[in-house]
Amino acid sequence: MLAIDGSLLDFKQLDLMALRQTALHRLDPRAKVLTTLCFIVCVVSFDKYQVSAMLPFLIYPVVLIAAGDLPPGYILRKILIVIPFALLIGLFNPIFDRQVVLQIGALDISGGWVSCLSILVRAILTASAAIILVATTGFPAICESLEKLRMPQVFAVQLLFLYRYIFVLTDEGIRTARARQLRSFGQRGLGLRHFSSLAGHLLLRTWERAERIHMAMLARGFSGEVHSTRRQGHFGKREVIFTVCWVALFILLRLNNASLLLGSIFTGSM
Amino acid sequence: MSHHIVETRHLKHIYPDGTIALKDVSFRIEHGESVGIIGANGAGKSTLLLHLNGYLSATSGEIIIGDEPLTKKNLAVIRRTVGMVFQDPDDQLFMPTVFDDVAFGPMNLGLSREEIETRVNEALSRVEAGALRDKPPYHLSNGEKKRVTIATVLSMLPEILVLDEPTNGLDPYARRLLIALLKGFHHTRIVTSHDLDMIFELCARTIVLHEGEIMADGPTLEIFRDNELLDTCRLEKPLAMQDCPVCSPGHRPPPEQPPLVEPHDGNPHEHSH
Amino acid sequence: MHMADALVSPAVGATFWAASAGIIALSSAHLRKELDDRKVPLMGVLGAFVFAAQMINFTIPATGSSGHLGGGLLLAILLGPSAAFLSISSILMIQALFFADGGLLALGCNIFNLGVFPAFIAHPFIYRKLIGRVPNQSRMVFAAIMAAVVALQCGSLGVVLQTVISGVSSLPFDTFLLLMQPIHLAIGVIEGVVTALIVSFIYRARPEVLECSVQDRPIGELPVRSLLTAFLISAALLGGVFSWFASEQPDGLEWSIAMIMGSEELPETDLKAHEALTTAQEKMAILPDYTLPGEAGRGNNNHRVGKTVSGIVGGALTLVLCTLVGVVLHRKRQG
Repeated sequence: MLAIDGSLLDFKQLDLMALRQTALHRLDPRAKVLTTLCFIVCVVSFDKYQVSAMLPFLIYPVVLIAAGDLPPGYILRKILIVIPFALLIGLFNPIFDRQVVLQIGALDISGGWVSCLSILVRAILTASAAIILVATTGFPAICESLEKLRMPQVFAVQLLFLYRYIFVLTDEGIRTARARQLRSFGQRGLGLRHFSSLAGHLLLRTWERAERIHMAMLARGFSGEVHSTRRQGHFGKREVIFTVCWVALFILLRLNNASLLLGSIFTGSM
Repeated sequence: MSHHIVETRHLKHIYPDGTIALKDVSFRIEHGESVGIIGANGAGKSTLLLHLNGYLSATSGEIIIGDEPLTKKNLAVIRRTVGMVFQDPDDQLFMPTVFDDVAFGPMNLGLSREEIETRVNEALSRVEAGALRDKPPYHLSNGEKKRVTIATVLSMLPEILVLDEPTNGLDPYARRLLIALLKGFHHTRIVTSHDLDMIFELCARTIVLHEGEIMADGPTLEIFRDNELLDTCRLEKPLAMQDCPVCSPGHRPPPEQPPLVEPHDGNPHEHSH
Repeated sequence: MHMADALVSPAVGATFWAASAGIIALSSAHLRKELDDRKVPLMGVLGAFVFAAQMINFTIPATGSSGHLGGGLLLAILLGPSAAFLSISSILMIQALFFADGGLLALGCNIFNLGVFPAFIAHPFIYRKLIGRVPNQSRMVFAAIMAAVVALQCGSLGVVLQTVISGVSSLPFDTFLLLMQPIHLAIGVIEGVVTALIVSFIYRARPEVLECSVQDRPIGELPVRSLLTAFLISAALLGGVFSWFASEQPDGLEWSIAMIMGSEELPETDLKAHEALTTAQEKMAILPDYTLPGEAGRGNNNHRVGKTVSGIVGGALTLVLCTLVGVVLHRKRQG
């Protein structure tokens, strides 16, 4: 159950990273959101047997981690968590796809293994893009840029509330769970009944908290409409250069297998 | 609205489940006064406060803020005039950044962007929290959160400040800062608290609530000298008015209590310091 | 049950993004009209509660393995369909961004699978119908289990369809289905039981909490109509994609049926399907490879195989280069 402590601290850390002040952080969030989306679409559009063509895309997370002054070890750890889940499905590929597609020396490699590897690389690339986006932009800024892209305000408001209260509620959850754990004397595991009781209490306290929040909102003149403090974003020259350069690179890398070219130069088999 | 008087006349409140929270509460607070409301848990303090900005409606009786009686129609105006700060700062800091929270009130008032900016900056500097402007609330300490919640209300330029247990949960240093801050305000201040020393320092006048009624209403010093009153209402003197147990051994002992554990060898007062 | 970006193709991702975004817009519009401003903080805070509750694991009886609350059905019961849908979507969004739990492109799929089915199908059509006017404990448990099972079965079917159509995984449709559905049946039962237990707890402690969602607009009015429209649009899009893919086979319908029935000739059908999937995938890729369209199919594979050695060498070199770039930039930042 201490897993909840760990993942919560992780969450807070990622959130704090977004408050840093590098040039990358100060870019308008829309540029970063667009670039990330373009990155993901390009990566995901490769067909299932491509591996080497995807590898040059690693340059994006690598450069951004450096530019954003993000701790590489931390990011790597978060990405590694994703891998088991991708492998869970990916490992079926070698089972079902036994057609040999290449031979290295005496080793027969089936299409299944290639596509499995492809899934792995995909997972690493897309996960890193998402995490880096949050670490360099911050969740409220991402919501703001989505609002500018016409996300409904009702949705945006409750999204920000959710985000705001995750810390508060997970803290409460941890305290309750820990209190129970300290009184369970070695009896491992939380049964359904006890969990429901725990969750039920937490739910009622949450409900009462929501009522108090509403009270506080009313006390400050709330009458149904949450006005957004939309900060004047500035999508200027730097943002355009950033977006255009990266997107151009992605398209270039998508259409040309840079790894292949590099390798061909070295092995002279062009 | 002139003189910003806060007055209740025979205020009565019965909750839907039948609990009589307030029986007959009448008082009048003049502009600029600093009034403490004390009483045991369940005496009705919080219920009373929630009437002052119209969140709860009275079962019977009247509330007058300024010149006007409180009705559904003038709620918006009342809520600007009466700035209420609740106990738990996490319930009041619900926006992504401190700026957004402090700007919430002015935005609901429909002010322009420049005005909002000015109000927020002024409110934050008033509580000495200017540096916290762009921080998310959950990364603040308790003391910082409390000061910011006061700013969220100050930005609406209220005439009357109502605070529910402001020093609750603060460490001694943060508590000192808060008391100093509150002392410096010129608004009418109505404060509920169990922190009797703060009431002693801050409020010239005190109202004592007991089981939904006002047991006493007068100068703070007089109230805290009335031992019988304090005992009846499950209160005691602030520590500042009690004898120091180290310096003066003739200190009045606490009321008789049965021992928690039966003594071992029949000797009831055998224990070590 | 979250879909990952690694398994999704741009076409499938985009389709479901469009569908989910549309339903979000519809739900938001519906809530605006509802005017209950208490729901504004409630949706977000209850979402945070579900988020927190999901982090607390319980042990599943008789198996000893651990599980956690999904929360979709619970949110629907507490908030009503539209509000619950928005809440669930937000939770999924945060999970995708902060925990890489489900990808950003696949977010549309996840919102659809985990949001639409509990909020708009299971809750109104199964839970509410089964619970009747006067709920009691056993009715609640039964209704919750049925609703949760249906929601999860639909959800996992969605995952299977989306994965298979995307074509990145080589898992055949029937195998995948046989894997997913029974597991999610069990998960559905547990989810239903836990949800029912929590709801009955609330019902005993503070019944007025449950009345909040009962006051939602009755079925048969605007929400269902707009919901049906959204479904029709997404069905059309999906149908278009699916038929395009299925039409690669000369006997599309028979093929589909053969897939679902499963067969003794599993390797053969599987090979056919695999080929069809690869072809379809190439067709659907937004930026097609530099090979000419005519080379699609087996020929393409050979063409690619020849280049593989260079590809491997090049790939390794690329990795080295990227790491070097990273290290250099990092040093530059420090210095």
